Amino acid sequence: MMATTTPSGSGANSTHGAARKLPALPSTTLTKWLREMHLIREFEVRCMQSYQEKKIGGFCHVYIGQEAVAVGCTAAVNLEDPIITAYRDHGHALARGMSSRACMAEMYGKVGGCAKGKGGSMHMFDRPHNLYGGHGIVGAQTPLGAGIAFATKYEDEVMNAGRNRRVTLCFLGDGAVNQGSVYEAMNLAGLFDIPVIFIVENNGYSMGTEISRGTTMSHELTIKGRAHGLKEATIDGMDVLAVYHDMHELANWCRENSRPAFVDMKCYRYKGHSMSDPRKYRTREEEERHELNDAIGKFERTLLDHAVVTDASIKEIMNSTREEVRDALKFSNESPEPDMSELYTDVFVEPWGRFTGSSLPEFMGGAANACRFHATNGKEGLV
Amino acid sequence: MSRSNSAVLSNPLFREPTLMGGVTHEIEFRDAVRDAMSEEMRRDKRVFLLGEEVAQYDGAYKVSKGMLAEFGERRIIDTPISESGFAGMAIGAAAMGLRPIVEFMSWSFSLVAADPILNNAPKMLYMSGGQLGCPIVFRGNDGAGGQLGSTHSWAVEGLFSNVPGVKIVIPSCAADAKGLLKTAIRDDDPVFFMESERLLSIKGHVPEGEYLIPFGHALVRRVGTQCTLCSWGRPVNFCLEAAEILAKEGIDCEVIDLRTIRPLDLPTVVASVRKTSCAVVVDQSWSFASPGAELASQIHRHCFDDLDNFVHRVHSDDVPTPYSSKLEQEYLPNVRKICEAVRSATYRA
Repeated sequence: MMATTTPSGSGANSTHGAARKLPALPSTTLTKWLREMHLIREFEVRCMQSYQEKKIGGFCHVYIGQEAVAVGCTAAVNLEDPIITAYRDHGHALARGMSSRACMAEMYGKVGGCAKGKGGSMHMFDRPHNLYGGHGIVGAQTPLGAGIAFATKYEDEVMNAGRNRRVTLCFLGDGAVNQGSVYEAMNLAGLFDIPVIFIVENNGYSMGTEISRGTTMSHELTIKGRAHGLKEATIDGMDVLAVYHDMHELANWCRENSRPAFVDMKCYRYKGHSMSDPRKYRTREEEERHELNDAIGKFERTLLDHAVVTDASIKEIMNSTREEVRDALKFSNESPEPDMSELYTDVFVEPWGRFTGSSLPEFMGGAANACRFHATNGKEGLV
Repeated sequence: MSRSNSAVLSNPLFREPTLMGGVTHEIEFRDAVRDAMSEEMRRDKRVFLLGEEVAQYDGAYKVSKGMLAEFGERRIIDTPISESGFAGMAIGAAAMGLRPIVEFMSWSFSLVAADPILNNAPKMLYMSGGQLGCPIVFRGNDGAGGQLGSTHSWAVEGLFSNVPGVKIVIPSCAADAKGLLKTAIRDDDPVFFMESERLLSIKGHVPEGEYLIPFGHALVRRVGTQCTLCSWGRPVNFCLEAAEILAKEGIDCEVIDLRTIRPLDLPTVVASVRKTSCAVVVDQSWSFASPGAELASQIHRHCFDDLDNFVHRVHSDDVPTPYSSKLEQEYLPNVRKICEAVRSATYRA
């Protein structure tokens, strides 16, 4: 897996048009990506419906339009490479392999959710798939992402006296680029040679604020990474093949050199910032222009051109994703509310007073299996 | 009221330093903190120290003196002045299973890292439904007394004890600092460990050999019959001093050192107050919505029929910390204020 390619990810290198040469990958892989993108879109459409039916509460941010980013980035790295993201996180969770059931049930606040209904839409955690949240405060996940990458490097190099072999993907929105913690995280990553990639999913808006109204040098966002000595790349986030290709190269470079990178991932969210956003800050014409460049449609056409899929197989994919999401909804409807005792679990690892220790979510072996958080993936770090 | 820590207390390493006997060494508080960190770093490779000036400079207060030479720059890490960044980074590392010790040069500077230390560390376990924890220690100087001016003199326990999911440890002497910090480093939950800059150079007897002090286990530092003084951290020493003065006036005080305010050892406090029928809480944070207010409320709740007077409280004055030494000494929960509170509580005023 460790490619020794030299990076081409520097500067604005990714100006790929829609018709790209297919990478030398099995057609099953390409079809899988298409299915994942369809799954995320179908999931999010149903999510919006469930929100309107008041089955999902609180804040809810859907990923429609940006599917190619999560799918392409996740495909570009290994499962052991950690991922951390912000609150628009359903797409990353599904692309990483969380079941639609656990993801949807979490939003329903049910015990079958990935955190037993204690996290919600903005806080998707999946330890077996190395997804470390789901974080709600803008930019807050970036120092954590640097720390996760610090830990993998520390484990590989200091504890196991080997070579760095992992890279962490840390997603943030373009709105987060103006948070101080992001600059602190980039400075630390540059300073300590931390193998983390800060992927700015630049959808052009922080809530309702168009990027140039809130961010200096927004026409050349990578300058923010360059200022901290980070490797930089601009990638067309509406093209899953470009995302995969450029991220694969960049991730391998970061892994090999144990260095951080900064990506301006250009994309567009079709829906509002959250469910309560009427999108009065932009025109319908602008949205339609972007929808014509839809990542799913574009990828489908490429795959059809190369005879990887047929109209019939696409239909089959859509049927199967519809079925999967329908099943997730049914599961979420039927999954019980968390037992009242769950209010008092997971406060401390060491049970104390009224707190009752910890139990794990169903998808990790069942809430009934009382279990304690163990550090370092079960490895004892004792000398 | 019952504590479910019997499994913890059955650990043979948990020992009361004052009862250990054997050889003791008289060392400074800062040496005790360093010994705790070094011993745990020798024991567990997951443990590392990071913070401003902790490596090449030997620590702004020389707490980490010599640790760079022993453990090297991969484990004793100088950070830039970037609290929000390095605190968050350490929390990410802890979620992955490492055991970072984060030194805040002063807890006053932790306020710029409020989001990671309050929003990420204590909530990681809960929000992930038990999948990820945060075994991390934040430590540094806390409290006023060194004429550092208002922004550098925070007693942050007044703010942070409000947050569920953190353990808050405030030792009053060298022996406790060592035993409690070793427990903190081995703890699987986030621990806020607060040292007093004014105590760092104070020497104390620290027993030879390994020991850990369990959390939520208060120590009766002075046995008495007429009034219970409850405190933690540096003001415990003021209470002991006040108790000597009051003894000469015929008021026999019991002094309880809580050691940790989360968890809070209520049974020890309640047993004492039921004996003395009188309680004074001494807390270096501001009075409004403080840990002292919480403890007083708990005492009223559990000792309602035992009390001869309402619980008196001594805090820092409700003003920003002044610079002038004279004003600052008056501002603190000092010996004079404690004596006055006890006289009032025991109707001797």
